[in-house]
Amino acid sequence: MKLFKGGVHPPQRKNTAEMATVAMGVPSVVIIPMVQHLGAPCQPKVKRGDTVKVGQPIGDSDAYVSAPIHSSVSGTVTKAEPLVLTGGKPVMCVEIKPDGLQEVFEGVKPPVVDSRESFLAAIRASGLTGLGGAGFPAHVKLNPPKDAKVDTLVINAAECEPYITSDYRECIENTHGIIEGILQVLKWTGIEKAMIGIENNKPEAVKVLSQAVSGIPSITVHSLPTRYPQGAEKTLIYALTGRQVPSGKLPADVGCIVMNVVSVAFVASYLKTGMPLIKKRVTIDGSAVQNPGNVEVLIGTPIKEVFDFCGGFKSEPKKVIMGGPMMGVSLFSLDLPVLKLNNALLAFDEDESRIPGETACIRCASCVRACPMGLLPYELDRLVNAKKFEEAQKLHILDCVECGCCVYACPAKRLMVQSIRIGKDYLRRNAKK
Amino acid sequence: MENRLSMSSSPHIRGDVSTSRIMLDVLIALVPASLAGVYFFGLHAALTIIICIVSCVLFEYLSRKFLFKRGNTISDLSAAVTGLLLALNLPPALPKWMAIVGCFFAIVVIKQLFGGIGQNFINPALGARVILLVAYGTRMTQWTAPRGFNGADAVTAATPLGILKEGGELPGYLGMFLGNIGGSLGETSALALIIGGIYLLVRKVITWEIPVIYIGTVALLSWVLGPEGIFTGDPLFHILAGGLMIGAIFMATDYTTSPMTRKGAIIFAFGCGLLTVLFRLYTNMPEGVSYAILLMNTAVPLIDRHTVPKRFGGGANA
Ligand code: SF4
Ligand code: SF4
Repeated sequence: MKLFKGGVHPPQRKNTAEMATVAMGVPSVVIIPMVQHLGAPCQPKVKRGDTVKVGQPIGDSDAYVSAPIHSSVSGTVTKAEPLVLTGGKPVMCVEIKPDGLQEVFEGVKPPVVDSRESFLAAIRASGLTGLGGAGFPAHVKLNPPKDAKVDTLVINAAECEPYITSDYRECIENTHGIIEGILQVLKWTGIEKAMIGIENNKPEAVKVLSQAVSGIPSITVHSLPTRYPQGAEKTLIYALTGRQVPSGKLPADVGCIVMNVVSVAFVASYLKTGMPLIKKRVTIDGSAVQNPGNVEVLIGTPIKEVFDFCGGFKSEPKKVIMGGPMMGVSLFSLDLPVLKLNNALLAFDEDESRIPGETACIRCASCVRACPMGLLPYELDRLVNAKKFEEAQKLHILDCVECGCCVYACPAKRLMVQSIRIGKDYLRRNAKK
Repeated sequence: MENRLSMSSSPHIRGDVSTSRIMLDVLIALVPASLAGVYFFGLHAALTIIICIVSCVLFEYLSRKFLFKRGNTISDLSAAVTGLLLALNLPPALPKWMAIVGCFFAIVVIKQLFGGIGQNFINPALGARVILLVAYGTRMTQWTAPRGFNGADAVTAATPLGILKEGGELPGYLGMFLGNIGGSLGETSALALIIGGIYLLVRKVITWEIPVIYIGTVALLSWVLGPEGIFTGDPLFHILAGGLMIGAIFMATDYTTSPMTRKGAIIFAFGCGLLTVLFRLYTNMPEGVSYAILLMNTAVPLIDRHTVPKRFGGGANA
């Protein structure tokens, strides 16, 4: 097994690991954005006043790199208009007032899959996007360029971010669904083998999955050292296969496709039922939350209602994060909806929200040692602050995966990731011109 | 409540290590050497230590406030560290006002003039020591006899390296290991310095490369380049004598003035060791540690430029 260089050991805080998933039920309203993936935004296929049912497609696009979006409830469309979500730019959203009946759309039926093409078409129709990471549409991921010889399906169950236990719950609660999904993907894509990677702080998941794959030679389970960011695509592939994804390249270029455990289990369930991606298991935790837990949430549910379901707040939340504390996005409002790629919602109280101020870099080299990509974070920070973007590019600023290890390790609390993002944005904008 | 949610760029959590915690660890690691200095050289030593720490902190505060108009940084404890390190590198009986002049140069000229913590290109305490050597050569090379050295009433004594140059009876290894020899206030007790070094290693404030490679290089080269031909040197003497221990453990490991990568640190430490031996053996200066480290400090930008780490996925031609 290959160990990536660098990384950090943030406190694990997997408080909710033993909390079985509880379904939340139908919220008072759902807000479903038409962009929940990398790629072309969807156009709404419904308008104000329309009635919709569970699983009904409400947005789609003709573009290949896109994934359709479905209604998670039955009810009436009350709005179809742009709203400002996390990105700062307004995106088209469909708001639906549920009728509480949860009537299933007539079109929801198991897809007919008899070839690679029909499998990929089914995956696209399911609305599946990368649940762990950036939200790349799954059918695109599973259909790499012809010249890429993919031999390994990497299943990401590392779950290296603090707090989050939703993947772990999938491993425990839906072990066979995961295996079933992997077998389906292997069967239809022709990939030879699958490797499941889990951090060794989850021995129970390693155990149940190992038991479930005994007798299936094409799937192996690998217990990996617990070190953030073990679950980042590049470090995970390296740990399992010893292959390094070159900068600017995709996993397929080194013969790998990475899928999250939850995604692969969803594939199995979709092929069986035809019910598209309309709900997610989300870990709810953080110092401000009354009753942390794992909650199955309908996509589009306002975050506030999810927290309310968990007993509300025991102290005033000062920061709310979608995702984990290392890479998640802080939210400006509790009215924002749960998205397809959500796996956690954290609410921090005042103490936990406080971030110490930046002081001068003391050249301690902690960031250099912590960077899993082998970069010089302190230097990238300095160059961006001095607006020397081209020099930063020469030092491979674009290779940064924004894992946050450098900032976590820095005694001067430098906001390196923030500078690096600014630098990357600048370079990308200027490259396009 | 809505608009009171605070926004931040990920990551949203931070590790426990802070600049002031690191500096506090360095101060703690220097306690054994400071105590040894006070034990061997008496009250004067204690006074020098206190005066240097207080003046460095004051100079840092005053110069930032009135001269450079920058924020107050004394709480990061780096000025206190510089003060203590300078004190430990001074002759025990140096007039106190000279020590204060040294503090001024260390903090105001070498550190703050270049932008404060993290910006200076040479080690402030070492730089100040060399300035004092140039300005007050005689007083900077008058060494107090340690307690119990050649009878209780001896007031001045030569350092082991001085004896080596001038001739005379060399002290035993045990005395040199414990610190019962002439020398700078905090440099004489190898034992106390090694205890401090182990503390820093355990606390992960420093890594082993610089001290071990520096000391190892000095041992090897001083053995090879012996006075009666190859392999006739006395490596044990050379690693216990003079400022090597304090230099290798506390001065060469200074973050700001040492390289950023492991490879760079190895080159840097080897260079320090090589220069130290060359200075000691082939110049008329008895001691070479300060100059060796200062010279290597100035080479750090060059070393950093040529030791950029191999990036992940960079392939063979990274
Ligand atoms: S520079 Fe980028 S890749 Fe390296 S540690 Fe920082 S965030 Fe992670
Ligand atoms: S960890 Fe922080 S203080 Fe240390 S070198 Fe990197 S940026 Fe500078």
